[in-house]
Amino acid sequence: MIEESAVLVGFLAAAVRISTPLLLAATGELISEKAGVINLGVEGAMLAGALASALGAAAGGPWYGVVMAMVAGVMVAALFAAVAIGAQADQIITGTAVTLASVGLTGAISRTAFGAAGPGLSLPTLPAVSIPGLSAIPILGPALFVQPLLGYLAWLLVPLVWWFLFRTQPGLALRATGESVESARAAGVPVRAVQVAATLTGGALAGLAGATLVLAQVGTFAEKMTAGRGFIAIAIVVLGRWHPFGVLLAALFFGGANALQFALQAMGYSVPYQFFLMMPYLLALLGLAGAVGKARAPAGLGR
Amino acid sequence: MRGALARSGAVALTALVVGLLVLALGLTAAGYDPLLALGALWRGSFGSWYALSSATLVRAVPLIILGLGVALAFRAGALNIGAEGQFYAGAIAATWVGVHAAGWPGPVAIGAVWLAAAVAGVVWMALPVLLKLRFGVLEVISTLLLNFVAEAAVSYAVTGPLQESKRIYPQSDPIAAAARLPLFGNTRLHLGLVLAILLALLLWALFTRTAWGFRLRAVGLGPLAAELSGGIPVKRVIGIALLWSGALAGLGGGVEISGVTYALFQNLSPGYGFTAIAVALLARLNPLGILFTGLLFGGLEAGAQGMQREAGVPAVAVQVAEATIILVIVLAEVVLRRRAAAGSRP
Repeated sequence: MIEESAVLVGFLAAAVRISTPLLLAATGELISEKAGVINLGVEGAMLAGALASALGAAAGGPWYGVVMAMVAGVMVAALFAAVAIGAQADQIITGTAVTLASVGLTGAISRTAFGAAGPGLSLPTLPAVSIPGLSAIPILGPALFVQPLLGYLAWLLVPLVWWFLFRTQPGLALRATGESVESARAAGVPVRAVQVAATLTGGALAGLAGATLVLAQVGTFAEKMTAGRGFIAIAIVVLGRWHPFGVLLAALFFGGANALQFALQAMGYSVPYQFFLMMPYLLALLGLAGAVGKARAPAGLGR
Repeated sequence: MRGALARSGAVALTALVVGLLVLALGLTAAGYDPLLALGALWRGSFGSWYALSSATLVRAVPLIILGLGVALAFRAGALNIGAEGQFYAGAIAATWVGVHAAGWPGPVAIGAVWLAAAVAGVVWMALPVLLKLRFGVLEVISTLLLNFVAEAAVSYAVTGPLQESKRIYPQSDPIAAAARLPLFGNTRLHLGLVLAILLALLLWALFTRTAWGFRLRAVGLGPLAAELSGGIPVKRVIGIALLWSGALAGLGGGVEISGVTYALFQNLSPGYGFTAIAVALLARLNPLGILFTGLLFGGLEAGAQGMQREAGVPAVAVQVAEATIILVIVLAEVVLRRRAAAGSRP
C-alpha cells in the first residue's frame, strides 16, 4: 500500500515536472498563433534559452540564467519576426531555418564554452520550493506544491494569458489580428506590431522553457537537448484547441503519458526504452488526428 | 526564361555569399581566425581531387537524392520536413535486407536493398499523408514529429533486432559484399552518384514535360484554383507527391547504407534531411539545379569536417551558414514576388 502510493506520487510529480517546459513553450506559441503567426522557431528559441540559462547560471547564478534564457529566446524570435513578419516571408520555412541556425549556433557556442564534454553537473540550479500546508496534502501535495518557482509560474501564466486574451482590449486586438489581418487593420489595429509583440512574447516563454529544462530538471546543457519539445509544444497548442486551459490540459496529458514510463519501470514492466522515447511524438500525432476538425485554428494562421 | 534562370543564379550566389559572410562573422565573434577556418573549409571540400571525390561528392549524393524528394513535395505545396526520418526508415530497411543478401547476385542484392529503402520511405510517409487527407493535420508537424520516432527506431534496431552478432556495439553487422555499391577508382565515391544524376534528369523531365508535372505545379501555386478551374484532384496530387517524396528520401538512406557506411548506427545522418531543404530551396525546386546545390552543400558539409580538424571549429557551425542561405532565399522570393506584382500593375 505504501509502495503503491509512492509510485503514484512519483508518477504525478514526474507528470507535472515533464509538462512544465512544454506548458511554458506551448503558452508562448499559443499567444503567437492567436495573432496568426505559426513559429516553428520555438524549438530553436527553447534550445537557445537552454544554453543561455546554462551560461548565465555558470556566470551569475540560476536567476541570472533565467533572465539570460528569456533574452536569448526573444533574440531568436526577433530573427524569425524580422523575416517572417517584417518581410512577410513563408512562416514555416523561416521557422525551420531559425531552428536549424539555433541548433548550429548553440552546438558551436557550447563546445567553445564548455568543451566537447559539456558543462557537467556543476551548474547552480533552482531549488524546489514547497508551499507550507498545501504540500502536506497526501499524494497531490508533493506532486503539485513542491516545485521550482518556474513550475508555479507556468501554472499562474495560464489564467493570466486567458484573462489577457479574452478579457482585455489588447487581447481582443491580438485575436482579431489572428482571424483576419485585413479586418483588424481596417479597425485600426497596428497588426504588424501586434504580431511582432506576440512572437517576441512567445520567444521569451520558449526561452523560459529551455531554462526550466536546464536549471530545474536536468542540471546541465547538452547539444540538441530540447529534442523536439518545441515541436511538441506546437502540437499541444492544436491539441489544446487554441485555448489557454486546453493547452494546460494537453500539456499535463503529455507529461502524464511520458511519466508513465517511470511508473511502468517502477512496477517492473520491461519494454525497450526506445518505445518510451517514441511515445510522446506518437501521442502528439494521435492527439492531432483527434483534435483537428473539432477545433478551429485562427483563420489567418500562417498567412 | 533565360532571365528567370539568370535571376535564380544571382539569388543563389547572393545567398551563398551572405551565408559564408555570416559564418565568417560568427567565427570571428567566437574568437576563431576566420581566414584559417574558411581556408580549411575550402581545402576540405573543393581544394583537392581527393577532397572533392571522396568527401564532397560522397556527401552530395544523399543531399541530391533527399533534395529531389523535398523538391517534389514542395512543388505540390506540401512541406515535407521529415526527410530525415524517411532517410532513417530507408536505412533500417536497407540494412535488414543487406545483411541477408549474402550469395545473391550483385545487381539483385543492390536492387533489393534500394527497393526496400524506397518502400520504407513510403511507409514512413503513409501516416502523415493519411493524417493530412483524413484529418487535416499539417504535414509539417506530422513529418517533423516522425523524425524523432525514426531516430528512436534506429536506436532500437541497433541495440535489438539488427544489432551485430557479437552484441557489443550499438551497430548492425555489415551488409553482404554483394549489396555494396562499386566505387569509382581508388576514391570513396560510389555508384550512387549515377543514380542521383539519373533521378534528377527523370524528375526534371517529369516536372517540365508531363501533365503530371503541370498538375503538381498548379496545386502548389494555388490548390483552390487548381480544384475549381482546373478540375485537378488536389488531394490525390498532394498525397502522391508526398508518398514519392518519402520514397526518394528513403532511397537516400538505402544508398548511404549500400555505398558509404555498409552498416546501420545512430547518428548515421549529420542532418541530411534538414540540409536537403536548403538544397531544394536554393535550387528553387529545379531538379537540375539540385545537382549543383547538392554538390555545393556536400562541399559545405565536407568542408565543415575539415574546419573542425584544422581550425578546431565545431562542424555544426556550418548549419548557421545553411540557415542563413535559406533565409536569404525566402527573402529574395518576397522581393521578386513584390517586384512582379508591381510590374504587372497597369
